[in-house]
Formats: sequence, structure tokens, C-alpha cells
Amino acid sequence: MIDTLEMLKIFKNHRGNSVVIPGRGGKHWVTLTDNQSRDVPLGDPAMGGHASYAFGLALAIPNETVVLFDSEGDLLMNTGALATIADLAPKNFYHFLLDNECYATTGGQPVPNAQKVDYTGLAKSMGYGSTYFIDNLEDFDQKIAEILNQEGPVFIHLKINPEIENVPINQRVRWQNRTWDQVLSDIKSELSVK
Amino acid sequence: MMSNEGSLSPESVLSQLKSNNITHVVWLPDSETNWLYLLMKNEPSIELVPVSREGQAFSVAAGLATGGKKPVILIQNTGLLESGDSLRGWGIGLKTPVVMMIGYRGWTRHGKNAFHDVAKFTEPFLIAMGINYYLVENDGDIDRITYAFEEADENKKPVAVLVGDEYSSWN
Repeated sequence: MIDTLEMLKIFKNHRGNSVVIPGRGGKHWVTLTDNQSRDVPLGDPAMGGHASYAFGLALAIPNETVVLFDSEGDLLMNTGALATIADLAPKNFYHFLLDNECYATTGGQPVPNAQKVDYTGLAKSMGYGSTYFIDNLEDFDQKIAEILNQEGPVFIHLKINPEIENVPINQRVRWQNRTWDQVLSDIKSELSVK
Repeated sequence: MMSNEGSLSPESVLSQLKSNNITHVVWLPDSETNWLYLLMKNEPSIELVPVSREGQAFSVAAGLATGGKKPVILIQNTGLLESGDSLRGWGIGLKTPVVMMIGYRGWTRHGKNAFHDVAKFTEPFLIAMGINYYLVENDGDIDRITYAFEEADENKKPVAVLVGDEYSSWN
């Protein structure tokens, strides 16, 4: 199992100028990033849509590298997104899946068939040309350069440690340091989008 | 451009999409839009993005809009109902200025929803979500599509166009 914070520290060294949608990794990424204006930490506008949002952004900006840190709970809500992504196959899209086998933010209840779903096989059968399964930090460190140096779309299934939250929602400390409006305004400015 | 005020021609709809500088059509087929699909497939200025469930369309559109593109969503009213949370978060929440063209299955101007019960839920659903909508039944209504685009851009939120022409000219 991989520690998300440690994984993101390694990723940061390879991030380059990419646009990063940190998804469920957002609470760690906002403490690590040194290029906030190219980050799109939206938290959870509506669960099930992160892959499609990042894909749409990748389609819109084909000359920019787009990196998503999706989650297995999110992807399970809209698995068909994989077929759409593979159909249009944006070459600039890198789809990391953080799989902790549970709904961590609601108390750690297991996702359906938590330990047996083969997300790499799923992505491959949907049409992704390149897929990886990584369950330890050493392999991630060894493969991350290779992953980001090839044409997308690439799907990377990461087995991560669950970080379970049981505090009631209204008592949790918000990790977001910008509003949605600020995040979108910053990335549009960075991309010279009106 | 073909003009026929008695029915809604796909050529007129495509013309509206082009004149509003649409870059992407995010869509899931319905029985109203096959002729439009065939036209769009041959239109080089528009990229088609097929989705497998309608809720997916709103997050795709939000991503496209973030990147500076101008998508339109083309779905059926049955799928609109499925899309509620996605419309809320990715559409309204992120202030995505997108027009959704919605096949108004089951609707007739006579008030008889003979073919499908989904018609009776469609407008109440849009009202509940705070989404303004325009009804387009024939080419005489076609300018309403532009009104919808203008309103979406001005208010930075989704606007609906209900396509009330099922079982006639689009098939």
C-alpha cells in the first residue's frame, strides 16, 4: 500500500508544467504544490465526475499535460467515463486512480467488491492503450518518469492507504485554500482563457 | 439553410450551433437527434463527445469550459432526471455557461403525454433546479436557441432548450 502524501512528494518532482487536478489527493497536494495557479483542486463538486471533468479539460487544452488523481469510489459511480476517454484518447491525459478500497470520507465503509475489482483490466478493456498497477512507493518512484514520458491516455491504478475520517462534516477543517471561483479564475488566467 | 416552420429541421439546429461558435457537442443519442447526429458528424468545426450516461455530460462540459471551449449538451429528458447531482455540482456549482438541448420525450402541445410519462416531470425538475428553459418545436422557434446561449453566457449557468418535436421531422 502507498502513502498518498509520500507518493505526491515524488510526483511533485516530475510534475513539470502540467495542469494537476488532485481530486481526493487534494488535501495533501495543496500543502506540497509550488505552482498553485496550474492546480485545479475542486474537492468534490459532485461525486462521479472527476474523470470526465479532467478529460474535458484535457480535450480543451491539447498542448498542455493534464494529470488527474481520481478515486475508485468516484470512478465506480461513472465507470462508463473510461469508454469516452478511451474513445477520444487525449494524448495529454494521465489518469491516476487512488484506490483505498473504501469510502474514506464517510467513515471507511468498503466500496463494492473492494479488494477484487481489477481497475487496470477495466481501463484496458475500455480501450486505454497503456495501464499500470502499482502497490508500493518504490515502484511508483521507479516508474513515474516512464509513465509521464509516454503519450496518453495512461491509466495508473495505485493501491493507497485509507485515511479514514469519522468527524462529522460540519466539524472538519477545510483543506481547500481557494474557492471554486478562485480556482477556476486562476487556471483560466494561467491558460489565457476568458 | 432549410426553413420549415411546421417542423424542426436538423439543418436549422446545426446552423444555430455554428453561429454560436460551439466547439463540442457532448451527447448521448436519443430518438430525436439522429439526423442531427449525421449532420454533426460531417461538420469539421464541431467535435462530438459521446457519453454513456447523461450525468457525465455536465462534468465533461465543465472541463471543456474551464479550458476555454464552448460545449453544448445534447441529451434526452429521461437522462436529465438522472443528471441532477451532476447538474448541481458541475453545472450550477462551477457556474458552467452551457446550453443543454433536451429531447422532450412524451411532450405534445395538446397536453397529452401519451408516449412517455417523463414529460410531466421535466419542467418541474428544471424549475426546482433553478434552470431557465426555452421550448423549441419548429424552425419558427429556432432563434430561441441563440437566446439560450446568450443567457448562459451572461448568467454563467446552464440553460435548457426543450426540443418538443419527437416523432415527427427528426426521424
